[in-house]
Amino acid sequence: MWKWLHPYAKTERAYQLCQILQPWFWAGALLCLAVGTVWGLAFAPQDYQQGDSFRIIYIHVPSAILSMSTYVAMAVAAVVGLVWQWRTAFMAMIAMAPVGAVMTFIALFTGAAWGKPMWGAWWVWDARLTSELILLFLYLGVIALYGAFDDKLQGGKAAGVMALVGVVNVPIIHYSVEWWNTLHQGATISKFDKPSIAPEMLWPLLLNLLGFALFIAAVTVMRMRNEIILREMQRPWVKAMADKAEGDRHAV
Amino acid sequence: MNPRRKQRLAVVGTVAVLVAGAIGLMLYALNDSIDLFYTPSEIIEGKNGQKPQIGQRLRIGGMVVPGTVSRDSESLAVSFDLVDTGPPVTVTYSGILPDLFREGQGIVATGVLVSQNAIKAQEVLAKHDEEYMPPELAEKMKGIRHVKPDNAGGQP
Repeated sequence: MWKWLHPYAKTERAYQLCQILQPWFWAGALLCLAVGTVWGLAFAPQDYQQGDSFRIIYIHVPSAILSMSTYVAMAVAAVVGLVWQWRTAFMAMIAMAPVGAVMTFIALFTGAAWGKPMWGAWWVWDARLTSELILLFLYLGVIALYGAFDDKLQGGKAAGVMALVGVVNVPIIHYSVEWWNTLHQGATISKFDKPSIAPEMLWPLLLNLLGFALFIAAVTVMRMRNEIILREMQRPWVKAMADKAEGDRHAV
Repeated sequence: MNPRRKQRLAVVGTVAVLVAGAIGLMLYALNDSIDLFYTPSEIIEGKNGQKPQIGQRLRIGGMVVPGTVSRDSESLAVSFDLVDTGPPVTVTYSGILPDLFREGQGIVATGVLVSQNAIKAQEVLAKHDEEYMPPELAEKMKGIRHVKPDNAGGQP
């Protein structure tokens, strides 16, 4: 059933796949982000209570949702790497980590900037905010642990275990607003009910969500290509590619 | 799947289940401390059989009861009642209230319990709900008409 995936354990095939996907991800990301952001920030109606301040939702919510999704994707890559011993899986994991960390930081920062005028406080130690901060530390921990090893295969395994253990934080973040009393409001779109947001405000939000996802994917495949080349520098196919690129440059 | 992979998968699965269980038990034990605030009925009737002491510093979260907000015309002092499903608790506060503070709005206040059902607050935060809609729709659905302070003319 999963046989078709096996060739991608080879770095050369994985590199080629990244090369094919990268322009599509970039094109989709730029299109969705441009349309969604302009629509959301300029044309969507004001909120009945918050006025224009609610527009931070178009940055805050996609980055927060995707900071969690990226972590889950990282954990899945870690499981594949640990169980099936795929080197490319660890490369994908470490390619995603800084992107996810930046998303988490954006979510925390925009949340604080919105919280000051709306709640009256930059930061409150409630369950949602604290667990999201822990997510940021988990990302930084995975990056640091991987960087601390000279042997990148060992580093990948160690960081993979950490990514796997940390995944328990993701459901805590998601359900924190239901399990405990928090200052942070409950879920608006990521719930089984009908979204509690007017449709003309929802559409640009969904577009931006897709745009952020594609942006993360695009940066991830770029970083993955770099990681593969760095780790496989001595392989014949990398050398052949470098020679070819060098030849092209001289031809110009 | 070959036996070595099966074994590794089992190890990874066991570790994941054990960690999830440990964290779950920890959060269950800490349940009360993770809550950001007491609700008004928890302050008056007690939470898990324990009532907060008079003089205790705590947070309260509830809805501002419409018609109970009274401001002192000489100073910034304000008092209002908070309610959830049970009896109300009166909060007194002196300071600037956040933008979202309104009657019927969710509020979280930090302060000291001065009597069985009164709190002297040092900080008042507005809790926003998860609903977003344009003003026209809010007026139609909820009958709420919010006027921004700078458009409100001479109204208090």
